[in-house]
Amino acid sequence: MSIERIERRQGAALVAPAMLWTLAFFLLPFLAMIWMSLSHLEGREVVSGPGLENYQRIFTDPSLRRGIWVSLQISAVVTVISVILAWPLAWIIATRVPEKWRRLALLLAVLPFWTSYVVRSYSWALVLGENGLIMQSLIGAGLLEAPIQIMATRSATIIGFVHFFTMLLTLTIYSNLVQLPPNYARAAEDLGASRWQVIRLVILPLTLPGMVTGAFLTFVLCIGDYITPQILGGNSELTLPQLIMLQLGRRGDYPMASALAVVLMVLVTLAYAACARWLRMERV
Amino acid sequence: MKKTARAAILLATALVPVSAQAAQELNALIWCDHGDPALLEPFEKAHDVKVNIKEYQGTAEALTILEQSRPGDWDVMVIDAVDVGRAVDRGILAPLPADALPTADFFPELVMESHNSRDSVIYAVTDKFGYNTIAYDKTKVEPADMASLKALWSEKYAGRIGLYDYYLPMLGLVGIAQGVPTSALGAEKIETLRDPLMALKKNTKLVADVVGSQTALATGEVDILLGGGEFLTATLHAENPNLDWTIPTEGAALWAQSLAVLKDSGQPELALEFVKYVTSPEGQARLATSSCYWGMPANAKAGEHLSAEQKAVLRWDEQAEYLKRAQLYPIPSAEDDAAMQDLWTDMLQN
Repeated sequence: MSIERIERRQGAALVAPAMLWTLAFFLLPFLAMIWMSLSHLEGREVVSGPGLENYQRIFTDPSLRRGIWVSLQISAVVTVISVILAWPLAWIIATRVPEKWRRLALLLAVLPFWTSYVVRSYSWALVLGENGLIMQSLIGAGLLEAPIQIMATRSATIIGFVHFFTMLLTLTIYSNLVQLPPNYARAAEDLGASRWQVIRLVILPLTLPGMVTGAFLTFVLCIGDYITPQILGGNSELTLPQLIMLQLGRRGDYPMASALAVVLMVLVTLAYAACARWLRMERV
Repeated sequence: MKKTARAAILLATALVPVSAQAAQELNALIWCDHGDPALLEPFEKAHDVKVNIKEYQGTAEALTILEQSRPGDWDVMVIDAVDVGRAVDRGILAPLPADALPTADFFPELVMESHNSRDSVIYAVTDKFGYNTIAYDKTKVEPADMASLKALWSEKYAGRIGLYDYYLPMLGLVGIAQGVPTSALGAEKIETLRDPLMALKKNTKLVADVVGSQTALATGEVDILLGGGEFLTATLHAENPNLDWTIPTEGAALWAQSLAVLKDSGQPELALEFVKYVTSPEGQARLATSSCYWGMPANAKAGEHLSAEQKAVLRWDEQAEYLKRAQLYPIPSAEDDAAMQDLWTDMLQN
């Protein structure tokens, strides 16, 4: 047996566990979910597919269609706001905070990750409520006469998300910023660029990979999240994961839940394709 | 030798807790109130058993869990009384011996023979009930207004109302407000609820599950919670005695939960003992005041094990009048159920 053949076999043997794992715990369940999405509910019984009834309903039922639209809107807004907030924070930590304090600054930045996600959402419910800290402070300062409703609105959901994802994005952008050689900025300044031009024309483009990685993660985690809109959104409108949970918990409609989950996966895949192609994420 | 002896001692020490563990296990598919250690511990001690629990929220979820389990995985289950028939249709419940159940001591309305039995065979027994009605903060609304469901559609309380997120009792309540009894809520009537439901949504600040509803009422986010009742306010009573509930003149939705033994249970005798314990006066008192949520016990003799204060919170003395005015949840066919859920989803989404 040639050495090349032996090496090929050894390589296959090394890859095999990972392949089997992916096959057993991703590919097969995914195929099962697609098959289930092609089935349908008759009365209270699941009738095996194949059929496209569920997909037709998703795109013709206004409530389901709106769920997709609401999820896309919230995820897009959260991603944009989080990037806008995270980039300066990451830049300050990477360039303005003395090196000996950077670790502490990062630790403080990721502090929200230490708390349970559910507890954090309920905490925001208390902060954003009519009798919560924000409203009472604004009323106390004379900026408001009466409380306005934030809790149980889309704004509350977005605030809850942004609080969490700004931290995530700060980490990805920070890791990108600290890898940039300081000579780039110095060279630009030597060539007459102002500080703002250095940031805009040199540093910002070079941090795009980190920014897009974080933005993609934010979008994916946000569009698939059930807890935050459920607790903070007050069911004033339903997102895609909430609609999926309704099908599972209330109707026992596993085919429709699967179809909605497939739509969710398609949206995530499209987001990935857009990011990967546009900004060449393989560089990250 | 010393090492061997030490290892033997360590092994023996490690095994002690195992031998001290319960001799048997009982697997229960339940609502959260049945998971209260104060309820389970006396049974576990008396029968040297560990009760393993899994909580679920809707009947559809429970039936799916059972479908995906192996026969014998589950011994007992709690089920919405109006859904016992669905479980019987699937052939998953074991008959219960009538002479083992204390139904003679029950509030007569809560025996619910037509729901818990089929062809004179008993498949489940009611163990707790309560009302989906109006809960409110009596310092922020006029209690007299709460005597009618119509107040919820009035401008006066616009933006101060929360809705409990469970379509069955809520559509029942909207129907009751429109003069449609829950028992008459068939296909042709469901769509007539759309306009009043959407009008109610306009007055509503939020729609939330049990925890969210409790939080909203407790923090003053809403002043009124339609669909709430003792199950929402009782556990908050000590901290906030201003939270109250009432049954309006038009009526309210009656919820009732039943306990059943699974047909494939590997230990039907022990499962039956659990049912007997939970429906006994002592078990009923513990279940009624469960840390998860309170509710009236089906067994009237539980009153002997409840304090005067607990009975006051449960409105023990007013039950006869309340039961006359309350109407059982709607029991829709599969098609009507889907139509009701579609209507509820439309309300949430618009």
